[in-house]
This record gives sequence, structure tokens and C-alpha cells, in this order.
Amino acid sequence: MAAMTMAQALNTALRDALDADERVLVFGEDVGPLGGVFRITDGLTKEFGEERCFDTPLAEAGIVGLAVGMAMGGFRPVVEMQFDAFAYPAFEQIASHVAKTRNRTRGRLSLPIVIRIPYAGGIGGVEHHCDSSEAYYAHTPGLKVVTPATPDDAYWLLRDAIADPDPVIFMEPKRLYWSKGETDPADRRAAGFGRAAVRREGRDATLVAYGPGVPVALQAAEAAARDGVDLEVVDLRTLVPFDDETVVSSVRGTGRCVVVQEAQGFAGVGAEVAARVQERCFHSLAAPVLRVTGFDIPYPPPKLEHAYLPDADRILDAVDRLQFDDEPDVLHLDREAS
Amino acid sequence: MSVTHRQVVDDLLPSPVPVRFVAEDGTAVEPPAGYPAPEDEQLREAYRRMVLGRRFDRQATALTKQGRLAVYPSSRGQEACQIAGVLVLRQNDWLFPTYRDSMALIARGIDPVEALTLLRGDWHCGYDPAATHVAPQCTPLATHTLHAVGLAEALRRKGEDGVVMAFIGDGGTSEGDFHEALNYAAVLRSPVVFLVQNNQYAISVPLARQTAAPALAYKGIGYGVRSEQVDGNDLVATLSVLTAAVRHARAGDGPFLVEAHTYRMDPHTNADDAGRYRDPEEVARWEAADPLARLETYLRDRGLLDAESVASAHEAAEEFASRVRERMNADTRTDPYELFDHVFAEPTPQLREQRASLTAELTSPED
Repeated sequence: MAAMTMAQALNTALRDALDADERVLVFGEDVGPLGGVFRITDGLTKEFGEERCFDTPLAEAGIVGLAVGMAMGGFRPVVEMQFDAFAYPAFEQIASHVAKTRNRTRGRLSLPIVIRIPYAGGIGGVEHHCDSSEAYYAHTPGLKVVTPATPDDAYWLLRDAIADPDPVIFMEPKRLYWSKGETDPADRRAAGFGRAAVRREGRDATLVAYGPGVPVALQAAEAAARDGVDLEVVDLRTLVPFDDETVVSSVRGTGRCVVVQEAQGFAGVGAEVAARVQERCFHSLAAPVLRVTGFDIPYPPPKLEHAYLPDADRILDAVDRLQFDDEPDVLHLDREAS
Repeated sequence: MSVTHRQVVDDLLPSPVPVRFVAEDGTAVEPPAGYPAPEDEQLREAYRRMVLGRRFDRQATALTKQGRLAVYPSSRGQEACQIAGVLVLRQNDWLFPTYRDSMALIARGIDPVEALTLLRGDWHCGYDPAATHVAPQCTPLATHTLHAVGLAEALRRKGEDGVVMAFIGDGGTSEGDFHEALNYAAVLRSPVVFLVQNNQYAISVPLARQTAAPALAYKGIGYGVRSEQVDGNDLVATLSVLTAAVRHARAGDGPFLVEAHTYRMDPHTNADDAGRYRDPEEVARWEAADPLARLETYLRDRGLLDAESVASAHEAAEEFASRVRERMNADTRTDPYELFDHVFAEPTPQLREQRASLTAELTSPED
């Protein structure tokens, strides 16, 4: 057990995976001697050699296409897309091949590939460096989509992603790279690939968040507690597979739900969560499921990102709209009880 | 002794005209230096496979008319490329074909019904890529050329001496992935051969509207890839050049790009109308350059083929086609539930729910 930043936890996970399995390879742009622009691959080329961790020419479709062929040939590539918006040239490779190869070969070829994508904003990045692109991937059948919110999760989710027989889009919230937390690479009890985590228990409403939204939701919950409102915070951890069970059980317990995402709202992951919650928890809900999201605009310039990013206040405003003052629907509650 | 820039360029550049061993009338011509003539037995083998390939191709087109195939992209006229591209490979080598390369799949020994599975309208490629060392036929253009480089890299890193052959068409060379594949292969020195079957048309768009390059083979030089162009309707030349290309890759000398000039005799697919975009006189001119007739004349003139072996090649092809017809005429059942089985190694809870709901739908009494 040690306090690590998320960047250190990811770096440790890559090192341990390279050490544990010689089929694991790390490649991408500037991931070699430089260690990646966020230093997530720092020291790996030095320790494991250029055959195991190497720089590629600058072409994202090339990186992912190469990974497909290498996975067909028995390797387990872990590739880095330098920034969220730089991954778009690889989208055809991801949607048409990475996601579909198991299916179009009737299970005879599997592609154990991890595509790491630093994503979302909050770090003062200039244009094309701060997209929240998770919904594109989550919408594509055949891809698992993961996004950690703590260093310990970053370590274990990445180890599990690399060990997974299927392709995983591993979305790393850039602004959490330098956040610290206790991380235990020796104890996988906290590992939760495919399982959401209840980060804070509460009685009055559930905040469902993921990735960069989790610390903001926790911050909102602390503020609400000072006003006597007890919020539960669920961290999804993996968007695909989606853990209906944990989300549903939380919302049935609290009867109210706010979904938090940094991404623009329209047709986003939050819309899916809201729909799933109302489909499964309708009779437990005392208020409509609300979403707190970014706006439907291209990610703003660094000088204006504070106006875009959902913060604790925006979440608390939504919590205020959860109709706590309304008369309870007695008939409805009776139906629930019977 | 230092190698001059000029020498480096010359070593990479293709021949200014397509390499040729046999003229259109079947007579031998003097080939350029550096390309040895294939062995006689290899030529006879190629002839038998070309006869069979052409018959299979005709049978597949016929099956579309009977509704047994959803669609078929014919490669009639491209037999020399299809067969030579496979004959130069060993068992442990890999082939990355496109949707137009069913004939090559047959030449590689894939069961014809398995090879036609996708075109029959099923959801998967039919054969086992790991067992056959043939990647699924690629429908998106040029994306598979990068996979070919990746697989070649996998072989190289495992210390195996396998080579990867990637087929692509003239239209595909305009796609970005093809250029990334050339670049990656050159930088990594991957053991991969790119065979461009330039059949002059990308559906309806002729080569002149596809590229301003002097020949597609010149697309290699900018990436430092050794390149060559060959008369793709001359089996002898195509076999010779591809043999050299595979040897180059296997020796660890890096990738090799071959452009084979050929012609797509049939429309893009059975659903296409080639009369809307090309002149029948042009088709007739290419008919005179037919690769099979050319090889037959060449082999007969050299005493390597007689009437009896010609007849037996055609007989074998007829038998093959008749078995294909018979097997393809059998109705098959596709299991709708299996659609959920191969999205992931283990279905997610959501997929299990959806599978159950489809089951309920399909087994409800109202149906």
C-alpha cells in the first residue's frame, strides 16, 4: 500500500503487466524514451527495451491497425492515443475491426488490445486536446469502455483490461493524473472491472458519476451534507459492461437520482444511465432522473472551460430540483410496499 | 564504398514498364534481369488452379442469380494475380485478402462453402483464420493492410520466418491506411508484400481519376519501400516477381510493393452495371489479353501442356464447380441466438437480457 498519483499507478500497472506477460507490448506516439506526453510510460523502454515499448510513426489508424495484426499474431498490445481528439483517425480501425473481429470470425480470433486515451478537460488544454469521446466507444458493440476515478482503480482496471480477452478502450481522465490516493498493487480485492463502486453512502439521493465527474460528485455530496442532505455517490468505473445492479440498488434505496458527466449531454452516457434507471426504478423514484453535463458546444478554450465544466454547484442545483418538498405519493409508496 | 542517393532511389524504383515474360499472343519475350523464370511444374500447377479458379468464379456469379449468394464480386480476368499471390506462400505465411479475392482463398485450400459464407449473407467470414492463416476477407478498403503489417511484425518478433501477403486494389491505394501501412512496414522493416491488383476500376471510377502517379508502384518510393510493376495478366511474370518479393521480405530486407496491371472483366459485383461507365471495345481489348489463354498458349508452345492435361484441368474444375453448386443449394439454418455469443468472450448481463428477449419474441405463440 502506497500513496500514488493516478499517473504513477498507471505507470506501475504497465510495468507490472510487461513484467508478468511477455506478450504485452506498449506502443504509440512518444511513449518510448520520452515516456509519453503525460509520462505514463516513463522508464518502460529503458527497463524492458525497445522491442517491448516503442515509438511508432505518427499515425493513429496505423497504431491501432498495427495492434490488430499483432494481436492476431498472439501479442497483447497496449497502445496510447496521445489525446482524445487525436484518436479520431483510428476510429474506423476501432469501429470496423477492433470491435468486430471476434464477431466476424465467429469467436475464432479475439483481439486482446487496450487502447489508452487521455480524455476530458480541466487542465487548460488548447483546442482538440480535451474532448470527452467516451460515448462514441460505449455506443459501439464489441468494445469494453473503462474509466477510473482513483489511483487504485487506475492500477487494477488497467491490469484487468490488459488481461481481458476482449478489446478495452481505457479512458484516463487527464485532470486526475496528478490526484493522489492509496494504491495497493499487491491486493486486488478492490478490483472492480465491470462493477460500479459506491464511493459514499447516503439516504436522500444517488449521484451517478464516472471518471473526472467522481471527485466533483463527492465534493457536492460533502457540501450537501452540511445542509443536511445525505447523498450517495456511485462511481461506474466501467461504462461497458454496465453495472445495472449497483446503480439500481442504490437508486431504489434513495428514490432520487442525478447523473453527472463532464461530456456534452446530448446522446451521451448520462442519457443511457438516466434511461436505464427510470426503466428499472420507476416505482421507487420520487422525482425525475436529472442529468448534470457539459453543454452541447465544442469543448471551450482554456479561458472559458470553468464555465463549461459541471461543478459541485451545478450538481447541487440539480439536487435542489429533486422535489424534496413535494408531498410524497402515498398510493405509490403503498404499491411499492405490497 | 558509400552508396549514393541515386543508387538508393534506383534500388527502390520499379521497372519503367511492367515486367513481362510472355506477350499477349503467348510468345516469350525477354524479361528484365533479376527475375528468374519459374519452374515448369509450378507453371503447370498454376494453370490448373487458374482453370479451377475461373470456373469457381463463374459458378459463384451464377449462384447470385439463383439467390444462393447475396452478392458476388467477381475476379474474372485477375486469375494470374489471384493464383500467383497464393502459390508463392508457404503454409506458415499469411494472406490478407479483400472481398474480391475469393479465388485466392480457394487456391489457398479454403473450403469453397466456407469461403462464400459471408457473401451468402451470413454474419461471419466462414473459415478459421488462425488455422488457415488467411485473415477474414476485408470489406473496408485498405484497413487490412495495417493488420498485415502488424501480423508480419508479430512473426518477426517471434523469430518466425513467415511472410505476410496483403492484397489490395487500385482504388484502395487512395485510402490513408494504405499509406500508413507502407510507412509503418518500411520503418519497422516488416516482412510483408503488398500486391496491388490494378484492375483499372474502383467500381465505376477509372484509374485516371484515381491517381496522377505514373504507376501505382511509384507509391512505394516515397516511403522507402522497394517496388515493382508487372503485367498482371502474365502469370509467368507475376509469379516470378512475387517470388522475388516474398524472398526479399523473408530475408529480412523489409516490405515489397508489387503493382500488377490487370483488368476486371466483369462488373464490380453482380449488382453493378458496367455498361454505364466503360466502353465494350475496351473490354474486348482486354479479352485479347486474357491471362489463362495466354498461359495455355505459352505452355503448349513449350511442350509443357497437351490436350489431355488441358481437358483434365477443365474436368477437375467442372467437378469442383458442381460440388460447390450442390452444397450451396442446400438450405442452411442460421441461429439468431448465436448473434449474441461472439460480441465478447463472455456476454455482458445486458446481452444475456437481450438474448432472452429475442428468444421470447421468436418463440411466442403468436408466431
